[in-house]
Amino acid sequence: MEYRIDLPLTKEYAEKLRIGDKVIFTGTIFTARDAAHKRMDESLDKDGTLPFDIKGNIIYYMGPSPARPGRVIGSAGPTTASRMDKYTPRLLDLGMAGMIGKGKRTPEVLDAVVRNKAVYFAAIGGAGALLSKCIKSSEVIAYDDLGTEAVRKLYVEDFPCIVVADTAGGNLYDR
Amino acid sequence: MTREFDVSLITENIAEMCIEANHFLSEDMKEALYAAAEREDSPVGREILSQLKENLKIAGEDMIPICQDTGMAVLFMEIGQDVHLTGGDLEEAVNAGVKKGYTEGYLRKSVVSDPLIRENTGDNTPAVIHVRIVPGDKIKLTLAPKGFGSENMSRVFMLKPAQGVEGVKDAVLTAVKDAGPNACPPVVVGVGIGGDFEKAAILAKQALTREAGKNSELPHIAALEKELLDMVNETDIGPGGLGGNTTAFAVNINTYATHIAGLPVAVNICCHVNRHVTRII
Repeated sequence: MEYRIDLPLTKEYAEKLRIGDKVIFTGTIFTARDAAHKRMDESLDKDGTLPFDIKGNIIYYMGPSPARPGRVIGSAGPTTASRMDKYTPRLLDLGMAGMIGKGKRTPEVLDAVVRNKAVYFAAIGGAGALLSKCIKSSEVIAYDDLGTEAVRKLYVEDFPCIVVADTAGGNLYDR
Repeated sequence: MTREFDVSLITENIAEMCIEANHFLSEDMKEALYAAAEREDSPVGREILSQLKENLKIAGEDMIPICQDTGMAVLFMEIGQDVHLTGGDLEEAVNAGVKKGYTEGYLRKSVVSDPLIRENTGDNTPAVIHVRIVPGDKIKLTLAPKGFGSENMSRVFMLKPAQGVEGVKDAVLTAVKDAGPNACPPVVVGVGIGGDFEKAAILAKQALTREAGKNSELPHIAALEKELLDMVNETDIGPGGLGGNTTAFAVNINTYATHIAGLPVAVNICCHVNRHVTRII
């Protein structure tokens, strides 16, 4: 199946999605990768806060190359999701609607996906130039000192993904 | 006769090579991608390969790096023994080139100064530099910016001689299967067999810079490369790890003498963005 989804992604909609489905997103997503996840985890330990409202939102595991003058962003493809596995169940339990990345996840993450009716999507690894064309705005909203690893709020149009882990426990990489 | 070079020449060349490598793939890699798109059986696989072709086109036309991970700069340098380098420290000149290329080329700064403290150096330095002194009066530079999605899936196996060629095949297949979708397939598999622990790893990294589709000059190694490529492409990992018969574009093996007690095998995996640029100056 192919779905065009205006974000945010609701739990009802998430339950319809099955592994192998293609989805095309339009709306707001947030970026975070290794160092930002570590900081968010420490911030939750300290005072329970995060730099943006995680509930109902999607994190895109991505650290862009710098934008040339006059452009929104540089190359912007997904990074390997498994490096965030340590932090992901906690964020899912706080209401994160899904993640966009590439590659395998741990059973703990997949369980948390099912438990929270969330979805793990893959974008095409190594297609950062192509995917950058779908990003219409980009703003650093936290951890500016981390450079490419800062948290960014992105507005995307027609951003293509594939469902790789769904609310029913399906895993597209398990073949 | 000694030929004099000012190290600033190295800096200029490295800077240009960083930018070139991150926006344009070498002809062999491009041909491998286009050929795979023709013969891939899986519909999803074909779609991904066609998007990778489109990605490559956009990268070159709009000067957007092929991948946002513009890598850690790996440099193989062959310096003729009749070359005299002047004007400064060679390693500093290389790093000045990396800094210039990554800054002026809008490339991502992906290097942290200390592996545990993890503060970004802000200019993608330092490079990983391998130097060899060879006969002649030229300098050969091969720059290969290496992304870490695939680097993280690379392995060194210290096999026993009794494990022989079957052990080598198992090692390569184990590394490729464990990497699965994480390494951004289709990949190029660089394999180093022989030497010692670190020599095997360097051989594997250097094998990635060989033209895709150009087999080893050693007949038994060329045969092994072909056999392993078929085995890797039968794993059904496929483009993006979503199934298909294009898991790798090439298996390149480099070998070296080794010890009577050992059979080191290193498997260095590189994603489809297998960047390498060579210049001889």
